[in-house]
Amino acid sequence: MRIIRSTCAFAVSLGVLCMLLPTPSRSASNAPIKVALLAATSGSAAAAGHDMVAGWTLYWSEHGNAVAGHPIVTTVYDTNSNAGHALDQARRAVEQDGAQMIVGPYLANEGLAVAPYGIEHRIPMFFPTVSADDLSQRQANSFIIKVAGWTSSQTTHVAGEWAYEQGYRRVMTLANSYVFGYENAGGFAQTFTRRGGKIVNQIWAPLGTTDYTPYISQVQAANPDALFVEMVGADAVHFLQQWSQLGLKNKIPLIANETTTDQSNIRTLDPALVEGITSFGHFAEGRDAPATRSFIEKYGKAEGVLPSYMATSFYTAAQWIGQALETVHGDVSDPGMLLRAVRDIKLSDSPFGPMVLDQYGAPIDNVYIRRVVATTGEAAKYAKTWNVVIKTYPHVSQFWTWKPSDYLKQPVYSPTFQGYTK
Amino acid sequence: MSARRRWIVTIVAGAALALLLPHLGVPTFFVSLLTQTWIIAIAAMSLDLLIGFVGLVNFSQAALFGVGAYAVAIGATRFHITGFAGGLVCGMIAAVVTAALFGLVALRAEGPGFIIITIALNQIVWGLAYQWVSVSGGDNGITGITRPPLGPFDLSSNTAYYYVCLAAFALTLAILMTVVRSPYGLVLKGVRDTPRRMRALGYNVWLYRYSALLLSSVFAGTAGVLFAWYNQFVGPVDLSLDQSTQFLIVTILGGIGTIYGQLFGALVVIFLSNELSSITQRWMLVLGVIYFAIVLYAPGGLVVLVPRLWDRLRGKRVAVVPAEHP
Repeated sequence: MRIIRSTCAFAVSLGVLCMLLPTPSRSASNAPIKVALLAATSGSAAAAGHDMVAGWTLYWSEHGNAVAGHPIVTTVYDTNSNAGHALDQARRAVEQDGAQMIVGPYLANEGLAVAPYGIEHRIPMFFPTVSADDLSQRQANSFIIKVAGWTSSQTTHVAGEWAYEQGYRRVMTLANSYVFGYENAGGFAQTFTRRGGKIVNQIWAPLGTTDYTPYISQVQAANPDALFVEMVGADAVHFLQQWSQLGLKNKIPLIANETTTDQSNIRTLDPALVEGITSFGHFAEGRDAPATRSFIEKYGKAEGVLPSYMATSFYTAAQWIGQALETVHGDVSDPGMLLRAVRDIKLSDSPFGPMVLDQYGAPIDNVYIRRVVATTGEAAKYAKTWNVVIKTYPHVSQFWTWKPSDYLKQPVYSPTFQGYTK
Repeated sequence: MSARRRWIVTIVAGAALALLLPHLGVPTFFVSLLTQTWIIAIAAMSLDLLIGFVGLVNFSQAALFGVGAYAVAIGATRFHITGFAGGLVCGMIAAVVTAALFGLVALRAEGPGFIIITIALNQIVWGLAYQWVSVSGGDNGITGITRPPLGPFDLSSNTAYYYVCLAAFALTLAILMTVVRSPYGLVLKGVRDTPRRMRALGYNVWLYRYSALLLSSVFAGTAGVLFAWYNQFVGPVDLSLDQSTQFLIVTILGGIGTIYGQLFGALVVIFLSNELSSITQRWMLVLGVIYFAIVLYAPGGLVVLVPRLWDRLRGKRVAVVPAEHP
């Protein structure tokens, strides 16, 4: 009896205490800057969530968790890989905890759910991994910036051109049947067919497929010059294993998107399964440049593995936002000023390479043709294989060679619009 | 205090608190969470009508809820149905039509068969939302839904919308409580407990089940519409099997066969999942243990547990009234 009574009394007093806690004022000269980091630390994208937090914290711990005398207070909110929950967490961050900016989440659908809320509440939103085309195209908004981020079809536009130049004429695509897959495949199909190539067939596999054999046999039957493939997370791992086991690895060339051979996937696979695969990305952990090399060494020391593009995006985003906060002397009271400062930053070099933002809030940066090879030197301590750069396409825009106004007249890529007439 | 007086006092105090809360200086985030609680409670009450009074464990309640949400979203973004009444009617009709189709298939079975069929039906609707990109926006869902004004009232503020959802909750509660106490409700209970006897007495068992499913879908659809306006976003997650399971958990925690108990279920689920996730990364595990404990130690749900704890707190020892089980 007494236990129950005292428990209840404790609970009630705790509740009252929570309500009485003072809200800190924002005016003080060294007031903390409150950052809400939305990351999936549970649910299907939990591994990515871990990397995001790791990248972000690595930068800030190097820089004393402060900018211009203002401490940076980062709170991680778990989105549970669920768009609805991401929105709840954004509400909590802004309305209850007084967050002054939102960084993350990870998934495109989470970002799209959070975006209208942030715009309505005039909260700057920085999306280092949310790559949905429309967030920097048809639904672009001054409060949304893909800081150190990317646009799904940005890298695959390059892939289409490159595939044609390699002499491939009949190509098949295999992608997951959700928006990221449609945009990856669409970018490839549009530039490839514009040059004169032919898309033999496009296969959409549900996200979360564990057995890719039926899809791979379709590819085998059609025997295309090459296969364009988009896979994420566990799907990538399953696909790469089965592709090799069914004996196609050295028969039909793969043109993989960025996520398929991301370090987070290839580190779990036998080198024999992945070595030699060509892919396209805005990040290559094996890029031979001081900014990339020093980052992967720091990250390796801290985490014991080579960074994924997610970790790198959040590290670079922290660097980018940190520089912008310097220029406004840590004053985040005016979101417009902060957003302008972020837009004006130009990174002459970063782990990704040089990066600037276009007027739609998407980065213009390098796209790399990458190849998976065995690691060498310092990196060999942390991984068996990595992506090295074969060729660099500098200064690639999300609109590739189109004029933005022309490009935006076409609809966003979907199963019914892949940039060519069938 | 007599049981009846205690009831009246509790209801009046609860209503007064609910009405005054946004003006008591509570953080707006709590007002948001409470708004969400009213909406989820409406959906759970609609499910309780089926589970508690007809004996149909419907796993496709999220589909009915989500179809309502998608209908208002598509209506608003494609067909310029932007009024309050228009949106609401749109969502209700979509939910009722879906339920009418579901009923034709699912009500051919009973018990576990019914559960399996409703799981499959829910997955079909989810699959449509996920893959029929040109209509549903696929995985990205639909954004750009604005809350319409209700007559002269602008609902864009959290507080105004809180009252709309509170009113919808109260109205649903009143209607469903009346229904389950009406002669129709008594027949439903008969159908739940002794379908063969009811059949022998000349009642069309199938029709009663079917009509209850349609009635339930009206409220599930309403909750979906309110949820779409609340989030100003609709996505496949809103009609996923996870969402159906959440409704089921709310219903069971609250107390099956009570209708009003779902309010407590919704309060606990919404607040716990939001508060715990800010305390620990392992919040799902903690949540699971709490649900488990409630089901194990208070099988009648929170409506049984709360008064019992209250009496204990006041040092009274009363006989525990066994919960009414379907």
